[in-house]
Amino acid sequence: MGLVDRGRLPKPLTSLFNMGRSYSLWVYQWGLACCAIEMGAAFGSPRYDVMRLGVIPLPASPRQADLVVISGTVTDKMAPAIKRLYEQMPEPKYVISMGSCANCGGPYWDSYSVTKGVDQIIPVDVYVPGCPPRPEALLEGIVLLQQRIKNEDMGARWRGEGTKSMNIVDGESAEKGGVPVVVHN
Amino acid sequence: MTMLGDRQQLAYIASQAADARVNVELETEGMTLNIGPQHPATHGTLRIIARLDGEQVVWAEPSAGYMHRGYEKLTEVRTFPQVTALVNRIDWLGSFANEVPFILAAEKLMGVEAPSRAQHIRTILFELSRIANVSLFLGDLGVQLGAITPVFFAFRDREYVLNLIEGATGGRFHPNFDRIGGLKDDLPAGFIDETRVVMKKLRTFCDQIEDLLFGNEIFQSRTRGIGVIPKDVALSYGLSGANLRASGVDWDLRRDQDIPMAWNKTDFKVITHPDGDSFARCWVRLQEVRESTKIVDQLLDTIPAGPVMAKVPKIIKVPEGEAWVSTENPLGEMGYYVVSQGDQGPFRVKIRSASFNNISIVPWLLKGVYVPDIITILASLYFILGDIDR
Repeated sequence: MGLVDRGRLPKPLTSLFNMGRSYSLWVYQWGLACCAIEMGAAFGSPRYDVMRLGVIPLPASPRQADLVVISGTVTDKMAPAIKRLYEQMPEPKYVISMGSCANCGGPYWDSYSVTKGVDQIIPVDVYVPGCPPRPEALLEGIVLLQQRIKNEDMGARWRGEGTKSMNIVDGESAEKGGVPVVVHN
Repeated sequence: MTMLGDRQQLAYIASQAADARVNVELETEGMTLNIGPQHPATHGTLRIIARLDGEQVVWAEPSAGYMHRGYEKLTEVRTFPQVTALVNRIDWLGSFANEVPFILAAEKLMGVEAPSRAQHIRTILFELSRIANVSLFLGDLGVQLGAITPVFFAFRDREYVLNLIEGATGGRFHPNFDRIGGLKDDLPAGFIDETRVVMKKLRTFCDQIEDLLFGNEIFQSRTRGIGVIPKDVALSYGLSGANLRASGVDWDLRRDQDIPMAWNKTDFKVITHPDGDSFARCWVRLQEVRESTKIVDQLLDTIPAGPVMAKVPKIIKVPEGEAWVSTENPLGEMGYYVVSQGDQGPFRVKIRSASFNNISIVPWLLKGVYVPDIITILASLYFILGDIDR
């Protein structure tokens, strides 16, 4: 992929790659609290069935994962472990923050032991609000992330310029490139 | 005893010597195995540090606190109705069951008693949350032992129960439905008929799991006789709930104590098992789901008419005093010791959650077991991390 490394991949080819990437996400589940059950319902239950979106749960290790779903309360004791496993994931990697606790601390906003938002430690792509969010909300978050991946300029990410939008597909404008998305439910 | 011939004796000694030599040559070094704090199949983060000698555990200790959210401190800066929303999230699988003992303690301090219709509905929702909780355990159990199918069954049938809870309370997961003096609302129309249908489905689910999982030879050989907790040890470690009943102790707070709930108006069996091994713990829980469906069916027949809310002031101030109420929650005994100094919020709340005591037996229980059995034993002990760390 020398062309990608130098950021000189033609746009049609990029969008082809992006389509492939967006429908073969391996999700690393970080089940921390209540939200993990709803995440389990989204990933493991016959009613919601995330695999129809092209998302494969349960990789053997974070080193094989493209996406991590942080679902639940992040405590100060847990935060270093989250950062460490996030750093083990290969680029390009994405983060969905699921539930109020991971977004901002949630009901524990004044607790002494809770990290107020996982975005203090790792960058977040999609926020899914709710306490806990319904499985449908998580699925919508994944769909939004897939839209973002389809739009992404792969070369920019490889060059280390962060997430940049190509503005090929409708839905996300070029200026909104690196800004996190919030699911409205 | 048959006497060995000279030649046989020599051969025996030679083989023993060879074994000893092998043992010296292949002497294993101790190894520390760190299980957790993160595992994709769990919801919550328990870390277990185990020192191994070969395949055997020499020493093991759970390291709790990765999920500590400071409930007891937070309750001091919340008002009484706000605490309900908070304690919902302690045992997140059976949320409604967490509210009840706290509300009962507050009612005890205020000298209020909920109307009998509210008590009935509380008990129904309590048992529904027990079913939602334990049915997920039955599915998760399969996953922990390497069988993926039960979890699909569990999630499928659990959704029915969650729909019922959502229909009645508006919250699929965390109802926050209990109020001091009763309930927020009455049951919706059609709830009773729908619940009857779902209870029938849940009994079918129990049959399926019993055939599919408990009748499975692999499952039985991995759980029978493994992780045995004798009666006296179980009592001395403060185990409660199904873990205690699986060790043969006939103890159930639903039957044994007199609290303003509707259990004493129903007829149910307290399931015990004499073995105390992993299989017994799982089996007791499965039978308890069955009993719970029967309790719900009985309560549906006898819901009295009347209001669901007693007369309480709009701004709740709980008079000075201390109260302790505990109930038989899905995981075991859960209780709140509430100290009030006459303010809108509690002065101090001590939360006794079942999993914390249930997990305290882990260092004793894991000594000498093999590595694959660690997972079986932990799965059968059934803890919820929010319930351990609070």
